Amino acid sequence: MSLSLLSRGEMQFDQLLQYTLSGLSTGAIYALIGIGFSIIYNATGIINFAQGEFVMLGGLFTLTCLDLLKLPIWAAVPCAVVASTVAGLLFERLAIRPLKAPTPINLVIITIGGSILIRGLAMLAWGKDTHSIPSFSGDDPIAIGGATILPQHLWILAITVIIIIINKYYFYYTISGKAMRACAYNRRAAGLVGIDVRRMVLFSFLISSAMGAMAGIIVAPLTMTAYDVGVMLGLKGFCAAIIGGMSSGMATVVGGLLLGILESLGAGLISSGYKDAIAFIILLLILFIRPQGLFGKADSERV
Amino acid sequence: MKRELIKFICFSLFVMLMPSFFKGGYLMNVLVFVGINTMLAIALNLLLGYAGQISLGHAGFFGLGAYLSGIMTVTYGWNPWQAMPVAAIAVGCLAYLIGFPILKLKGHYLAMATLGIGIIIYIVFNETYDLTGGPSGLSGIPNLELGGIVFDTDVKNYYLIWTFTLAVVLFSINLANSRVGRALRAVHDSEVAARVVGVNARLLKVQVFALSAVLSSLAGSLYAHTMTFISPASFGFNFSVELLTMVVIGGLGSVYGSFLGAALLTLLPEFLRSANDYDIIIYGGLLVIMVMFMPGGLVRGIPDLFKKVFKTKGGADHA
Repeated sequence: MSLSLLSRGEMQFDQLLQYTLSGLSTGAIYALIGIGFSIIYNATGIINFAQGEFVMLGGLFTLTCLDLLKLPIWAAVPCAVVASTVAGLLFERLAIRPLKAPTPINLVIITIGGSILIRGLAMLAWGKDTHSIPSFSGDDPIAIGGATILPQHLWILAITVIIIIINKYYFYYTISGKAMRACAYNRRAAGLVGIDVRRMVLFSFLISSAMGAMAGIIVAPLTMTAYDVGVMLGLKGFCAAIIGGMSSGMATVVGGLLLGILESLGAGLISSGYKDAIAFIILLLILFIRPQGLFGKADSERV
Repeated sequence: MKRELIKFICFSLFVMLMPSFFKGGYLMNVLVFVGINTMLAIALNLLLGYAGQISLGHAGFFGLGAYLSGIMTVTYGWNPWQAMPVAAIAVGCLAYLIGFPILKLKGHYLAMATLGIGIIIYIVFNETYDLTGGPSGLSGIPNLELGGIVFDTDVKNYYLIWTFTLAVVLFSINLANSRVGRALRAVHDSEVAARVVGVNARLLKVQVFALSAVLSSLAGSLYAHTMTFISPASFGFNFSVELLTMVVIGGLGSVYGSFLGAALLTLLPEFLRSANDYDIIIYGGLLVIMVMFMPGGLVRGIPDLFKKVFKTKGGADHA
């Protein structure tokens, strides 16, 4: 009796470990996308509803580089990132910058319009099928305790850590990163001390579309990719950013990991059908109770 | 006010005479949908155009109305005429309750929160098999019936739906020109200023949100009873975006604009039948182009355009 209880407990522990580990890697993806949201939001005050589409573009451009151009994976990935980044820059130049009346509602509508347009064009270019991308280094599972993970999970975690470090370095130790932070604090003041705010806006789109694309590429071997994967991933990334209080640093990373793990546990222990609902319930709770994010301080709004 | 009345009478005549041009046929079916979509677009416009509060979850309220009506009539054997108001009241109460926390949010955050609610509702439709039939949908919903007439053909449904839609049009025009309408526009322009002059902005926003949800639910019930079959696919995020597109294309804060937007977006895919998969690109493109070049929508954009073309000197003056 006690033996069976023990083994059941052990099995449950293994299961929990398994869910947590797989939650960590999806969480890392959400974190990357969330940081992309925050960077644009901090530089411009825009929530870029098209953020998820760059995630999708990253995966699909990689597919093209691999299948059509026959590039090896180490060359295909940077090519795909560059291609998606160009798309991000075009989006900023053609849709965001020329906007005559940039009210929040207009910006919401135009970024939604842009995201639908990008998704539609992707559907034309790559079709409606779901595509698979090979893992970076094989599919032999690695055992950790009673759980197993795939090499791709390790790639995801490692690349996320590297990107976060580069990000940190850029924002704190380079002149243009510091200028970006100045824009985030106060755009007018930044303009007054000679920072080209419009260029910083363009930069923010550059960085976040590149990060989004990278996230889309590293997750594609696990989840497959298609023209419409960007919607959900984008929304989950936004959720991570909200938990982190729209910070472009560790708070959003923690938010993403938390979301990934909760979602994975919820899907495993409660119901997989409600997996997506979990993220949105968390999103609503945070927005209702702590709109400044889990770790942020409340801040009064100017009118 | 008199001008408004004349406009409304002309519009009603136009709507009521429409079927005599088509004499049944497939297009009648599409025109029924124009009616339902007009009602939805007006509901969203009250919130977005007048009060300035965005919602990306209206497809959810529309779906709730449809499903509540459907479940009450199919599973519990209610009369559709009873089910419709009960569904509308239930959806209204729900919207009222979530309205308080959700409308504290502004702009982008509000957009995301309403989107979240819409998606949660959509997931519930898909997952509660026992109630909703899950992704395969709910069928056998009875048609509405009045004094021995069963509304089971397109022409009969046309008159039924448009009677409701015209009532909503009249109601919304009256609302917009009333004290409440002016208070809403004040909230739209500056919430703080509105509060300073004594408008209870918070309550007002919640009330409009609930009203908008009630109208959407009514449209949903009508949709369920005319289609007799519903499935979650009709109530997803894409449809919320489609509604938003209708309102923006027609013109924010214009009731007839909502009709124009709804008519255009409902008829367009029918004419572009061959371009079946491309309609999503067209929606996206239209949204971007309208916001960039015609932020006032068609109802203001087209007169402006005329002025621009026919004025010899100077540009169009924006009133």
